[in-house]
Amino acid sequence: MKHIKLWLLAALSLFLLAGCQQQGAAITAVGSSALQPLVEAAGERYSAEHSGEFINVQGGGSGTGLSQIQSGAVDIGNSDLYAEEKKGIDAKKLVDHRVAVVGVVPIVNQAIPLDNLSMAQLRGIFSGQYTNWSQVGGPNIPIVIVNRASGSGTRVTFERWVMNNVPTKAAQEQDSTGMVRQIVATTPGAISYVAFPYVDKTVKTLKLDGVAPTDANVQTNKWVIWSYEHMYTKGAPKGLAKKFINYVMSDTVQQKIVTKLGYIAVNDMKVSRSLTGQVTKRAGQ
Amino acid sequence: MQQQDKIRESMLKPSQASKRERHGKILSFAAISLIVIVVVAIFVFVATRGIATFTVDKGNLWDFFTKTTWNPGQTDKSGHPLIGALPMIVGSFAVTLLSAVVATPFAIAAAIYMVEISPRRGYKILQPVIELLVGIPSVVYGFVGLSLIVPFVRTHFGGTGFGILAGTMVLFVMILPTVTSMSVDALRAVPRYYREASLALGATRWQTIYKVVLRAAVPGIMTAVIFGMSRAFGEALAVQMVIGNATLLPQNLVSPSSTLTSILTMGMGNSVMGSVSNNALWSLALLLLLMSLLFNILIHRISKKGALH
Repeated sequence: MKHIKLWLLAALSLFLLAGCQQQGAAITAVGSSALQPLVEAAGERYSAEHSGEFINVQGGGSGTGLSQIQSGAVDIGNSDLYAEEKKGIDAKKLVDHRVAVVGVVPIVNQAIPLDNLSMAQLRGIFSGQYTNWSQVGGPNIPIVIVNRASGSGTRVTFERWVMNNVPTKAAQEQDSTGMVRQIVATTPGAISYVAFPYVDKTVKTLKLDGVAPTDANVQTNKWVIWSYEHMYTKGAPKGLAKKFINYVMSDTVQQKIVTKLGYIAVNDMKVSRSLTGQVTKRAGQ
Repeated sequence: MQQQDKIRESMLKPSQASKRERHGKILSFAAISLIVIVVVAIFVFVATRGIATFTVDKGNLWDFFTKTTWNPGQTDKSGHPLIGALPMIVGSFAVTLLSAVVATPFAIAAAIYMVEISPRRGYKILQPVIELLVGIPSVVYGFVGLSLIVPFVRTHFGGTGFGILAGTMVLFVMILPTVTSMSVDALRAVPRYYREASLALGATRWQTIYKVVLRAAVPGIMTAVIFGMSRAFGEALAVQMVIGNATLLPQNLVSPSSTLTSILTMGMGNSVMGSVSNNALWSLALLLLLMSLLFNILIHRISKKGALH
């Protein structure tokens, strides 16, 4: 009995110690699951280099990130979307920090022998115009559309640059990229879309109008389905939030972590794209 | 004199024991009121948010229950948001009813075996199995469903494998232990003299089970089934992984469809508090809350009516 009490005491003090560790400066970044791995990696590295300063990173989706930063509950809100694109967000109060670029690519089941679709064909598939792969030059297999949850950053990006305001057909929805990839990998005739960092050997990516989904093509906007990854602050960033965002924008993170995780560094972009989709050459390139 | 004063004092002052009793009362009352406050607060919060869809955002209550287009971020021609929740309502009820229909016979059979036929073996083998099934987290059920049941349904029943059939199969396994263990309790509650009387009248063992024990346990078994249904109705994660989450009215058992819970959990992270899309999700939550309230009332009614004496 005594032993048990001792052990409990030891466990309790460990907990307390763990709690104490957090006593240095700490900020919380919440939101987009697509951006989460990058912020986590950068946060860990930052904490390793600056003892006593901690970055707590949580997922929850772009909507959560934006509404949490708007209400001031967190220090940084991560989002795949411009705040202006999200209903219910007052973008004027938020300050945008574009920390990376991520491309989105259509993926299909391995058994589909196609490598290339035209943008019109892709649009036709997701709008429900084509229901069989034979209609777009493939085998006689019904097309199974797998969507991300409506409002998810990846889906908004995909629909904005592919669908051209054509409404999408109601279809299966999944709320995580991992699930989408697994379903596409195992379901005959399945098609969906994922961010570049999530592409692996289990699924097949498609070229669009002959353009391959590569980082180089995103940098020149030849591959148009991409979006900025945003870290929003409420008003100008202060204190640790400011230091951390500067750190994420620094060459250390941009050149090492960002590219290693499959994102594209903002500084590598040859063009810049505004909220309304206006593409301009970046100065100095 | 002094002696008398002391006695007087101890008689007039509350004793240690009565003090303790009062403290205990206050403590337990505080605990109870906290629970009540939390429940009321949750209810009020969900209700105000859920009703806002119809009062603030001009959603049409009739549309909510009868229309099939779910796209709360957009509005139709007359300015009402597209909040047709019928596909989810149908999906939720379909998986709930089907899984209860499939699970009930198995649960009753297992319960009869455990109580009437072979209590010792039932206790040794079935009891641990059922307890184990209860303890498995729902994400594991969902994962197994996704990797085994979905491909199985796809190859044997067609479609993509995602749909009500896969959801029913997963929920069947999930509610089976609940329904079984509650049915066991119901059968055990049947007094021994019912069985003795039946056997004494010359009924066989099967006749006793079928005509006496089961009949007497009907209210308890009904409670068990409704309990299972309420679990099935509220299950989110496992169902979400196998049902496909398409806000389409189910065409058949293998077409992708959705439940109230699956759309709710999927949408929460992607909508902003206070927006129409978010309020519409709260309306789904309110509907779920009301349904579980209904299940609870049903259980109370049945157990009151059928109480054995």
